[in-house]
Amino acid sequence: MSGPATPGLDDLAPIDPSRRAGAARTLLRSPSVVIGAVVLAIIALIGLAAPLLNTIDPAEISPANRNKGPGYEATIRQDDGSKKEFVYRMGSDSLGRDIYSRVVYGARVSLLIGVTVAAVSVAIGLVIGLLAGYFRLLDGVIMRVMDGVMAIPAILLALSLVSLLSAGLKTVIIAIAITEIPRVVRLVRSVVLSVREEPYVEAAISVGTPTLLLLVRHVVPNTVAPLIVQTTYIAAHAILIEAVLSFLGVGMPAETPTWGNIIAEGRALFRMFPHNILFPGLFLALTVLAVNMLGDGLRDALDPRMRKRV
Amino acid sequence: MNPPDAPRPALEVCGLRIALPAGSDRPFAAQDVSFTVDRREIVCLVGESGSGKSAIAHSVMGLLPAALAATGGRILLDGEDVLAASEARLRELRCTRMSMIFQEPMTALNPVFTCGDQIDEVLRTHTRLPAPARRERVLDIIRKVQLPEPERMYGSYPHQLSGGQRQRIMIAMALVLEPVLLIADEPTTALDVTTQAQILELIRELQRAHATGVLFITHDFGVVAEIADRVAVLRLGELVEFGPTRELLTAPRHEYTRMLIASVPSLTPKPRPQAAASEVMLRTEGLGKTYPRGRVAAARDVALTIHRGETLGIVGESGSGKSTVARCIAQLVRPSEGRILLEGRDVAQLSTRQMRPFRRHVQIVFQDPYRSLNPRRTVGDSIVEGPMNYRVSRADAWDRARRLMTLVRLDPAVLDRFPHEFSGGQRQRICIARALAMEPELLIADEAVSALDVSVQAQVLALLEEIRTRLNLAILFITHDLRVAAQVCDRIAVMSRGEVVETGRTADIFAAPRHPYTRALFAAAPGRDWTFGGSAAVYAPAAAPVAAGGPRDVFPDTGRSG
Repeated sequence: MSGPATPGLDDLAPIDPSRRAGAARTLLRSPSVVIGAVVLAIIALIGLAAPLLNTIDPAEISPANRNKGPGYEATIRQDDGSKKEFVYRMGSDSLGRDIYSRVVYGARVSLLIGVTVAAVSVAIGLVIGLLAGYFRLLDGVIMRVMDGVMAIPAILLALSLVSLLSAGLKTVIIAIAITEIPRVVRLVRSVVLSVREEPYVEAAISVGTPTLLLLVRHVVPNTVAPLIVQTTYIAAHAILIEAVLSFLGVGMPAETPTWGNIIAEGRALFRMFPHNILFPGLFLALTVLAVNMLGDGLRDALDPRMRKRV
Repeated sequence: MNPPDAPRPALEVCGLRIALPAGSDRPFAAQDVSFTVDRREIVCLVGESGSGKSAIAHSVMGLLPAALAATGGRILLDGEDVLAASEARLRELRCTRMSMIFQEPMTALNPVFTCGDQIDEVLRTHTRLPAPARRERVLDIIRKVQLPEPERMYGSYPHQLSGGQRQRIMIAMALVLEPVLLIADEPTTALDVTTQAQILELIRELQRAHATGVLFITHDFGVVAEIADRVAVLRLGELVEFGPTRELLTAPRHEYTRMLIASVPSLTPKPRPQAAASEVMLRTEGLGKTYPRGRVAAARDVALTIHRGETLGIVGESGSGKSTVARCIAQLVRPSEGRILLEGRDVAQLSTRQMRPFRRHVQIVFQDPYRSLNPRRTVGDSIVEGPMNYRVSRADAWDRARRLMTLVRLDPAVLDRFPHEFSGGQRQRICIARALAMEPELLIADEAVSALDVSVQAQVLALLEEIRTRLNLAILFITHDLRVAAQVCDRIAVMSRGEVVETGRTADIFAAPRHPYTRALFAAAPGRDWTFGGSAAVYAPAAAPVAAGGPRDVFPDTGRSG
C-alpha cells in the first residue's frame, strides 16, 4: 500500500503497519476473544450436528428407563422398529428421556434465541436510538417511552405475553427482545449524541448530504463498535432469561429440549438425581461465559480509549 | 562537580534516554538529552509535537507511563538522582522539591473539592502544620498568585473560576511549599492571549521572588521570547541546540532552529497589493445569534463584507462569537436575526430545502484535523461525497478528487486510504480538498491552522494563499492568533463579546489599533518585541501601541469561564 509518492509531491508520513492491520489483529491477540469465540463455535457445531452425535429423539419417552444415572445401558426401540443398544451418557430424566440428547438439541434453542433476540433488539433499538439521538424533537418522547418499557420486568412481561399469545419460540423471543430494546436505544442514543457533534458530521452537512444518507454513512458506522459489544451481552442475557422462563414453565413447551426445560424437569428430584440439572447447567454456564468473554474482549479491542493506552 | 561555593543547579539532566515501546515510529522518546536549570532561571523546552518534550518533563517528575522507561542518564534534582529514587521518595519530592502545572487547568483540578481544600491537601500531606496555620498559608499563597478575594477563592469550586483563575490556583498549589523546581507543561496554551500574558508575568514574578528554577515546556516561540532565560530546542527526541534566549533567537546555529524561527509568522503584516474593488461576495447585516438556553447573545449586530479574492480575518478570544458567526455564514446554525446576503440574495432564513442550492457556495474547514474526517471512510470517499450530492457523476467526482489532491500537494494514489494513516497537516489539506471539491465561492477557515505545529502551519497557510489567488476565492479566516492574521488577512474584523469592535485593513489595524480591546490584544501578544519569520529573529522593541494600563484594565479576569 505504501507506494512511492510521485516526485514533487509531499511524501506521506511513514505508515505504521500495526495501525493498518488494525482491528483484526487486535482481536486475534486478545485471549478472551479467541477463547470465547472457539467455545461458542464448538457449542454451535454441537447444536447443528446434533443428529450425527449419536443422539436419539430428545422427546422420546421411555417409562422403563426412568431416572437412570450417567452411563446406564439399555436396549431401545428405534423408529423403524429395530432394537439397539444405547448408552445414556448423561443418564435419563423422570420420563426416561435421554438427557444427553436433550442437552445437545437444547444448544440449538439456546443459541437460536440468543442470536435472534440480539439481532431483533439491535435492529429495532438502532433505528429508535438514531431517531432519538439525532432528532432532538423526538428525543424526549422516545426516551420516556423507553423508560416506561424498562420498568417492566422481563419475566412478568413474558408471563403476560404467554397468557395472551401461546407459549412458543416466537413469544419467548418477542418477550425478551422487548425488554432488551430500551438498553440498545439508550446506548445508541448516547453514542449518536456525541457523534453528531463531530466536525465530520458538520462537514457532511455543509457539503449537502441528505439527512438519511448522513445517518447511514457517517453516524451508524461510528456506533457499530459499542453496539457489537452490547449485542454479545444481550445474547448472553437472552439465553439466561430463556432458561429462566422455561424453568418457570412459561417459556418453550415442556417437551421441547431446552436447557431451562431440562433443569425445570430435574428440579423435583434434584437431591436424588443431580445429573438432571448438572449437565444442562454446565452447558448453560459455559455458553453464557463464552459469550461474555467474547463481549469483554471485543470491548477492549474495539474501544479506542483502551487501545490507545500504551 | 560544582565548586563548593557555586549554587547547585535546580535541575541537571545528563544523557537522558527514554525508550519508546517496540513498534513505535522511533526507538527513543529522548536520546542523550542534557541540560541544566539553575535556580532563578527559566529554561524553555521547545519543540513540535512528538519531539519528546513532555516525556522529559514527566520523567523528571517520575510520572512516565509504564510503557516508557528512562533507560540511561541521570536526572539530578538539586543534586539528588530522581531516576534512582524509590516511589515513596518520589512522593515526598513532588510538591516539596519539584512541582508541575499542566495545560488544562480544568481537568487538573478536582471538580468536587474547593480550591482552598486542594491547596490545603498539599500541606496536609507534606507538613505537620495545624489547621489554622495551614489555612493562613493557603490564603497567603492565594494572595501571592494575585487572585482577588482570597477568602472567597478558598471556598470556590474550580468550575466557578475562569480559565486564568484556575491556572493561578494550580500555580498556588505547585508553589505553596516553595519547591526548587517548577515544571510548566504548556501552561498557557489553553488560555486566551490576554490571560496568557498575565500568567506568564505571574510565573516570572513568583519564580524571581522564590528563587525557583522553572522548566517551561512550550511550542510557541512568542512565549519563549517573552519568558525564557535559556532555551533548549528538541527535535524527535534529540536536543539540537541549547543556549541563552537572545543568542539562540538572534543567531540560531542549528538548521532546525532556523527553520522553526522562520516558520513563526511575523506580527508585522505582509505588504499586500491593494485589492482592486472587486464584487461583494458575501455581506452580513445585523447578524445575531442568541442561544435559547440562558439567552446569551453569542453574536450581536455583526456586519461584515467579503469581496471576491479577498481574505477577511475575524480575530478574537474564546467566547468572542467568532465561531458562531462562521457557523451562521456556513449555514450550520440558523441566525436569530439579521441578513446574510450571498451574491445579493438573503439566505439567512431559508428552509433546509431552499438552502440546498446555496450550501455549495460556502464551505468550511474546521480546527481539529483529527475529528474533521469520518474515521470509517476513505479520504477519497469523503472528498467525492459533496460533488456526488450535487449530481456530479462518480467518475467526474473522482477525477476532481485526484486533481484536488495534486493541488493540495498530496499524492492522488492515497485517496483509498483511511484518515488515521495521515498526519494532522495532511488531514487538514484533505479537508481543504474536500471543501474545494464543492467549487465554493467562499471558504471559511475556522481556526484551521491552530492545531498544527508551526512548520506545518506555515505550509498550510502558504497553500491557502495559493488557492485563494489561483481560484479567486473569498476566504473568511477565523483565528485567535494575531501572527497568523497578520500574514494572511487583507482585512480584519476584531470581535469581543459577540460584537465586532473594529474592522479595517490589516496593515492599518496593526499600525494603529483604535479600539481599546484591540490595543489590549496586541499588547498581550507574546514576543511582540521580536520579529520572527526570517532565518533568525530580530529584537526590535516595538513602540507598542499599548493601551494605558495594559490589558488587565480593559477586561479584568472576571468570573466568566474561559
